[in-house]
Amino acid sequence: MQLTGAEIVIRSLQEEGVRFVFGYPGGAVLHIYDALFQINQAEPEREIRHVLVRHEQAAVHAADGYARATGEVGVALVTSGPGATNAVTGIATAYMDSIPVVILSGQVPTPVIGEDAFQEVDTVGITRPCVKHNFLVKDVNQLAETIKKAFHIARTGRPGPVLVDIPKDITAQLAEFHYPKTVAMRSYNPVVKGHPGQIRKAAHALLAAKRPMIYTGGGVVLGNAAPELRALVKKLGYPITQTLMGLGAFPGSDKQFLGMPGMHGTYEANMALHHCDVLLAVGARFDDRVVGNVPHFLQEPRTIIHIDVDPSSISKRVPVDIPIVGDVKVVLSDLLAALEALDRRPDEAALTAWWQQIEAWRARNCLAYTPSDTVIKPQFVIEKLWEVTKGEAIVTSDVGQHQMWAAQYYRFDEPRRWLNSGGLGTMGVGLPYAMGAKLAFPEMPVVCVTGEASIQMCIQELSTCKQFRLPIKIVNLNNRYLGMVRQWQELFYSGRYSESYMDSLPDFAALARSYGHVGIRVDRPEAVAPALEAAFTTHKDELVFLDIQVDPRENVYPMIQGGKGLTEMILGSEEL
Amino acid sequence: MRHVIALLVENESGALSRIAGLFSARGYNIESLTVAPTEDESLSRMTIVTTGSDDVIEQITKQLNKLIDTVKVVDLSESAHIERELMMVKVRAVGSDREELKRLADIFRARIIDVTDTTYVIELTGNQQKLNAFLAAISPSLILETVRSGVCGIARGERMLKA
Repeated sequence: MQLTGAEIVIRSLQEEGVRFVFGYPGGAVLHIYDALFQINQAEPEREIRHVLVRHEQAAVHAADGYARATGEVGVALVTSGPGATNAVTGIATAYMDSIPVVILSGQVPTPVIGEDAFQEVDTVGITRPCVKHNFLVKDVNQLAETIKKAFHIARTGRPGPVLVDIPKDITAQLAEFHYPKTVAMRSYNPVVKGHPGQIRKAAHALLAAKRPMIYTGGGVVLGNAAPELRALVKKLGYPITQTLMGLGAFPGSDKQFLGMPGMHGTYEANMALHHCDVLLAVGARFDDRVVGNVPHFLQEPRTIIHIDVDPSSISKRVPVDIPIVGDVKVVLSDLLAALEALDRRPDEAALTAWWQQIEAWRARNCLAYTPSDTVIKPQFVIEKLWEVTKGEAIVTSDVGQHQMWAAQYYRFDEPRRWLNSGGLGTMGVGLPYAMGAKLAFPEMPVVCVTGEASIQMCIQELSTCKQFRLPIKIVNLNNRYLGMVRQWQELFYSGRYSESYMDSLPDFAALARSYGHVGIRVDRPEAVAPALEAAFTTHKDELVFLDIQVDPRENVYPMIQGGKGLTEMILGSEEL
Repeated sequence: MRHVIALLVENESGALSRIAGLFSARGYNIESLTVAPTEDESLSRMTIVTTGSDDVIEQITKQLNKLIDTVKVVDLSESAHIERELMMVKVRAVGSDREELKRLADIFRARIIDVTDTTYVIELTGNQQKLNAFLAAISPSLILETVRSGVCGIARGERMLKA
């Protein structure tokens, strides 16, 4: 039977098992929206739920958040021209964190492409540097196969966003619909299994270690390898640090977890990372926010084992001694088997001494802060949030000081519970991420930890939350500053607070109420816990916006200045 | 170090800009880039001449491999290979220079492929040094215009770049 291109798009999404599409209609995608309407009416049991966002940036962020929370491919649908350009920030955000998202964008009809038609832009050209791959569909007969390829590329290997640009006339033309079961691409064959010889070498190196350290990142979460990682870390008894993107793969409340590494990592994690003699890096890319100054990091001789699905991540910034390319889950279980086969124990005496050293570093208690009963400390808010939610919420964050406090003080014990923009550092992701997560897991508490500056970058999505009845809890750590900017200006620009003050702030509680939500302003420390409790009990089924007035002078510590080494930490304001 | 990288890519629109974009986005140097379809019309072959430390070249080949359109990447300069470049030179050819230029072309095994009362167009293929040497042998005042292709490279003997 012949279908229109628009029907082929919707049928293809059905074949992929897509449940939600986040989008915004417009001229170039009207055929697709019409097909969605008609097919949903005809087959309500196979409904693809469309979530109408208020800005295309949020469409991609919400699809990205859905993907981060579920591990499935998120889908966004936008029109041509401004619809597509608005989506670019979302696409780049997903790209930097390797999140599987398929973006369908409308394009002007094929005959007028290149004629500067109304709402025409070279979407494939604009998005090329920030997608894993993209396509312009020029023949309706290739539409289904192209969508199949897009999903395949997005979810396999190192995941990432894939864009399919579809001209309007293609969505009107007819073609036979045949959705391929599998897809073979001679130019794209990601490696799954790690090299057995390298894995054996890694096993020997790990067992020979005197001062071992395990360093894992977002790849473990993306690769669903948390069970294998836990088994390995428990078997070896070694310390582990997880990057901002990797939090939760190994339980944050476990003794073997030393906290985050890097710029706002803990003292013990950074010292152990710097002084270890064997480093096992798994699904982590030695990002500049993690290792700081590379020559400083390389002063200490150490054997580095690096497991990554993307060969170009290996030895990109730091030379690696034992590279293992492959799917993290597969490689880790092979590494476990190799360790079993060796049937040897780690060096007990050395390990005991190493743990003693680590405990001495840990005793520095670097995350301690000065409590107050007159002004609300942001760290205290996160600690209370952790208590009230029993550590079981999905927490999204925006970007800035609040993001670091959430990462430091909310202990994540499970993967896919912590969603934030680590790579691109996009302010505005928090609320759309929470929307994607809440739609995926309606029964889970979903909290967006944000700041007064970040939340205003996508605040219009409060309207979407109203329409789709999403009872998200928004914790706004309002310090009336671009906090991280102010912190840097204080530390590195002699306190010249150039444009870091957010003047003319709205009354956020009243703003939330105007959208039909619950808005609560909190300005005393003793009101924090009751307000959080109320958000999850009295107002369980409502969106609650907690506008919490926190200490505007509080900074994120520990901190490493950009370009400095891991052992050159600023531990707290008393050290300045 | 100078490297000659050969790659096979899907013959699809956008493949060239993906590769050129990769070099500009990551700050790698392109000295020359030559591209044309191959005997298999679904494939294009590119020869890229670039410079960089071993680490940089390793990243370049990894990043090229990572592109979805890329079928195969080989660093030809790792082993014996042949390089050729095509050059056409338009020269002022009047009076005694006409004979001199003809002799010079013979010595370099170049061919004169266009003749007017006042000009020649001379075609020359070879590696870069040979082409440069030819230009150096002609008085600069006689050279009106030059056009050179990028480098094409192929491995010697049995080694092949196949999909």
